[in-house]
Amino acid sequence: MTDICNCKGLVSSISEYIDGELPPELCAELEKHMSECENCTIVVNTLRKTIDLYKQPTPDNPLPDEIKSRLYARLHLEDYMNK
Amino acid sequence: MSEESLNNSNISLAALKAGDRAEFARLVDATSNHIYRLALKILRDPQDAEDVLQESYIKAMRALPEFEGRSSLSTWLYRIAVNEALMLLRKRRVNLVPVEEDPDEDDLQAGMVLTDWCCLPEDELLSAESRQRLEQAVDALPETLRVVFMLRDMEGLSIRETAGMLGLTETAVKTRLLRARLRLRNQLSVYFGERLTENSSE
Ligand SMILES: [Zn+2]
Repeated sequence: MTDICNCKGLVSSISEYIDGELPPELCAELEKHMSECENCTIVVNTLRKTIDLYKQPTPDNPLPDEIKSRLYARLHLEDYMNK
Repeated sequence: MSEESLNNSNISLAALKAGDRAEFARLVDATSNHIYRLALKILRDPQDAEDVLQESYIKAMRALPEFEGRSSLSTWLYRIAVNEALMLLRKRRVNLVPVEEDPDEDDLQAGMVLTDWCCLPEDELLSAESRQRLEQAVDALPETLRVVFMLRDMEGLSIRETAGMLGLTETAVKTRLLRARLRLRNQLSVYFGERLTENSSE
């Protein structure tokens, strides 16, 4: 990290940068800095990958049976409860 | 999101509005897993999550006549559930709007882990264990960050909508989102750093 102060200022914009919501001039500034700063490049890349990972669709676990029974009972839908 | 499962199940709004119970049961069947999980993530308490689950459908049943279909049915229902969960949080006196917001704080720079793990193979990145690490990291986020993260990044609400639901400014939402994301990145970097070391010593 050659210019710690500069990095610190830029970190606050990387979330918006990844979302594509950063104004063009800030975007250019960040990209210029990244071309010279390995650390910021790693942070941006791994942050982008982190977001990719948690946005991977995962099936919602099925509702535990007791919770499901109580829900259907509370809604007076017992007759329609399959399984 | 379970948007798709709901679309695929072809639930008829007209039937719901007419009070068709079988149709309401199909709606519950298609959406209850997601609502429970969402409430559990926000509240971290199974009993509270179950209360939110039940109350959400009771509110939805009552509100159906006024539902105009401007948003999709699942979006509408999930908003009801989020509101219920937030109401419970507030009852627990969790202060979602701290007096001062310090954007320059802690995780913006301190303890930034600088391992480059992007090169790890897909099956390593998407393993059940890494998934679990991520879940734990989300659960470990402080309430104020976790709620913003859940609404914006997991439920896909816009910055503006998230701000509206939480009574925060858009700037505060952005700052918290950044901090939540950086914390998750850090946790994953620690974990994948271990994996990298193990892989290279094999
Ligand atoms: Zn830098």
